Amino acid sequence: MKLIYPLLAILLLALVAYFGAAAGLEYLFGVIIPYISIVLFLGGFSWKIYDWVKSPVPFRIPTTCGQAKSLEWIKRDELESPSGFWGVFGRMSLEVLFFRSLFRNTKAELAPGPSLAYASSKWLWMAGLLFHWSLLVIVLRHYRFFLASVPGFVELLESVDGFLQITLPTLYITDLLLVIAVTFLLIRRLASAQMRIISLSTDYFPLLLILAIALSGISMRYLDKVDVVEIKILVQGLVSFQFDAPGKIGGMFYVHLFLVCVLASYFPFSKLMHMGGIFLSPTRNLANNSREKRHINPWNPEVKFRTYAEYEDEFREKMVKADLPTEVPLPEEKE
Amino acid sequence: MSTNPPKLADLQLEYEQAPSLLKGDSPGKEWLDIPVVFRDGNWCHAAKPNVIEDLGFNNPRKWSPADEDWKLEEGWQKIVKDGMKERLDKFRSFKLFMDICVRCGACSDKCHFFLGSGDPKNMPVVRAELMRSVYRHEFTWSGKLFKGLVGARPLSEEVLKEWFMYFHQCTECRRCSVFCPFGIDTAEVTLMGRELLNLAGTNINWISEPASNCNRTGNHLGIEPHTFKNVVESLAEDIEDQTGITVNPTFNRKGAEILFITPSGDVFGDPGIYTMMGYLMLFEHIGLDYTLSTYASEGGNFGLFTSNQSMKKINAKMFHEAERLGVKWILGGECGHMWRVVHQYMDTMNGPADFLEEPVSPITGTKFRNATSTKMVHIAEFTADLIHQDKLKLDPRRNDHLKTTFHDSCNIARGMGMLEEPRYVLRNVCNSFNEMPEHTIREETFCCGSGSGLNTDEYMDIRMRGGFPRASAVKHVKDKYDVNALVAICAIDRASLPPLMNYWNPGVSVYGLHELVGNALVMEGENERTEDLREDEMVDFEPESAAREEDE
Repeated sequence: MKLIYPLLAILLLALVAYFGAAAGLEYLFGVIIPYISIVLFLGGFSWKIYDWVKSPVPFRIPTTCGQAKSLEWIKRDELESPSGFWGVFGRMSLEVLFFRSLFRNTKAELAPGPSLAYASSKWLWMAGLLFHWSLLVIVLRHYRFFLASVPGFVELLESVDGFLQITLPTLYITDLLLVIAVTFLLIRRLASAQMRIISLSTDYFPLLLILAIALSGISMRYLDKVDVVEIKILVQGLVSFQFDAPGKIGGMFYVHLFLVCVLASYFPFSKLMHMGGIFLSPTRNLANNSREKRHINPWNPEVKFRTYAEYEDEFREKMVKADLPTEVPLPEEKE
Repeated sequence: MSTNPPKLADLQLEYEQAPSLLKGDSPGKEWLDIPVVFRDGNWCHAAKPNVIEDLGFNNPRKWSPADEDWKLEEGWQKIVKDGMKERLDKFRSFKLFMDICVRCGACSDKCHFFLGSGDPKNMPVVRAELMRSVYRHEFTWSGKLFKGLVGARPLSEEVLKEWFMYFHQCTECRRCSVFCPFGIDTAEVTLMGRELLNLAGTNINWISEPASNCNRTGNHLGIEPHTFKNVVESLAEDIEDQTGITVNPTFNRKGAEILFITPSGDVFGDPGIYTMMGYLMLFEHIGLDYTLSTYASEGGNFGLFTSNQSMKKINAKMFHEAERLGVKWILGGECGHMWRVVHQYMDTMNGPADFLEEPVSPITGTKFRNATSTKMVHIAEFTADLIHQDKLKLDPRRNDHLKTTFHDSCNIARGMGMLEEPRYVLRNVCNSFNEMPEHTIREETFCCGSGSGLNTDEYMDIRMRGGFPRASAVKHVKDKYDVNALVAICAIDRASLPPLMNYWNPGVSVYGLHELVGNALVMEGENERTEDLREDEMVDFEPESAAREEDE
């Protein structure tokens, strides 16, 4: 069920776009919906970040994954237990660019005895890294449609990405890697009992959606070819805030574009916000220096604690008998 | 005895034969459909009414988690939902961790409770989902709209019971957060979960009573000042009997240079008392000008396991007392969660400690630059520096009867990043030290299974399961290197690892680091030492000197 519903939803969305555009709703799918989705994406993304940032970080709670700064002769690990800005910068860069924590992944096995053994397990890390990097390269490659003259970095990306020079038009490696990685991530969710039980429909939906976007894009390039010149005119119109009606492009393009719009609109209201959230994670983006530099909690509550004076008042007699010093002497016993 | 804990053979059989999610067997249903069943050994006693009243929490009453009716007060759902809203607005960690999990599964087999039970709800991701599902239902439009389809569910009594069970099967050890690609820390979720459980009047006595005691008498056990002094003095007498050295600890002494605070478990609990003896001998050996306090006589802080306000309240005594006594800085003993509080919370909550000085070792002159604001130094840092500067006379052969391994405490490793200091001390006070396998030590260390205030007897079933990953790693070095001494720098470890070892690895005893320091210290004017602080024979010690004579 958790898989079927998202699958059906995406099929339905694709059909709506295909037949909608065919039925003459090109303006809706080519202009209106893209504008709405971009507003939802940017607005939603900013709102979500604001929503997080307005909750303060009351305590400095980095998870330390290496030796902290200590005595001078003890070798410290700035990237795993940063003591200042540059350490944090390095740690965050490793997390964001190379998924450092995921790289640590192990798989536990219960062996007879019973005993537990842990083996390094890098598949998730590898698939995740390939998936995200491919997606980034693909998104950047799409810049060719946004600007009148293709920027140099896009041409560079394209030539590196297409260096195999097989098939016509040239096969982009990232297209292939993206499809493989997403398929792996999907199968991974379905293949293990642990993954099945933790997965929600909202975990399958984005994976399937991205897969559908990739497949519709690839099919436009190799199978159901579309008019690229018209697409570029449409996209440039959109980025320069024009509302001209699109020309004749081809149905598969509207499937692709509509699914991208769905993804963009869905993004800020879903787990996909991990993209923004990772930068705010207090266990990673704070230096481990809380004994060295006082961290301020803006709502630090006034808490009434039991003062020494109150304590002594209760125990004074016993303390004096036990020869413990007191602030206030026992009252003189009067005859 | 009933089934708590199960007989070892029964549990071993269960691990080997019963289907388990850990081994890849599907439970056949969604975790949402698996009912919560309280049975002997999987729940802690409810907090007593007088304790709840004392702490000023809601709905004091007599009840038991095993009861059908928990006697929740009218409108408890609203209290919990409002509490959730308040905490979402106060803690970015909480809000963020409710939103950004992608359920990638990296954490799923990292929790000691999952590894020891195979229970789906002990996968960290699901533990957080217990809370997230309610969060979605109450605070997100998609949850309100699509309900179960997007993993949302309303707060019900059944959900509260599930929270009670599983937020007490998390020891806030943070191992999962090491592996999470976004650093999602289940401990943050459990901390919030327990605060909300407290709001609903569903507290456990093993945590609440120490918190209440600590407030009144200054320590978890409710020990009054005169008794505290007597017990420490009797430990001093034991030292004198064994070594011939007189140590003279002082109490509540104004003008001392340093205030020493350690968990009360070191003063009152076996084997913590031997660690305490080690501290006292060390301080005598170096002539430290220090005092103990009967008022701030607890390093531990069960407020951390209750609510941030209780944590602050209990912690406030440390600075308050240091100021009153006019000491220069504070030295802290071996403890895990105490140091999580001191390192990551204390200065923020109760600082700035302007009345103290930046800590400098009076023996070596070393400045503790990593503690310039909080002005509290960890004893392992302090001792490592002493050894490095060659200020201690040590004979590690006096620990030759011990083949040691070192257990990193969760909070020290993952909340402080202190990994090398204790190892340096250990290597200098004993000759046999072997590490447990990788992935079970340092930042990947496994909890003892009883941390965060769960080390109570009625909970043995869960504790022996939760401690299994740690025990399994110890067994590895026991088989390979004949390890018989598990050294830890945490008072809860010292209380909870002995039963764990007795259960899984009989023959392995639990030691504090400074107990081994105490064994190895060669003190001026001491008697000939043939026994360690536990009065166990120091093997190979005399024979070795005899052997040397033979060589000559």
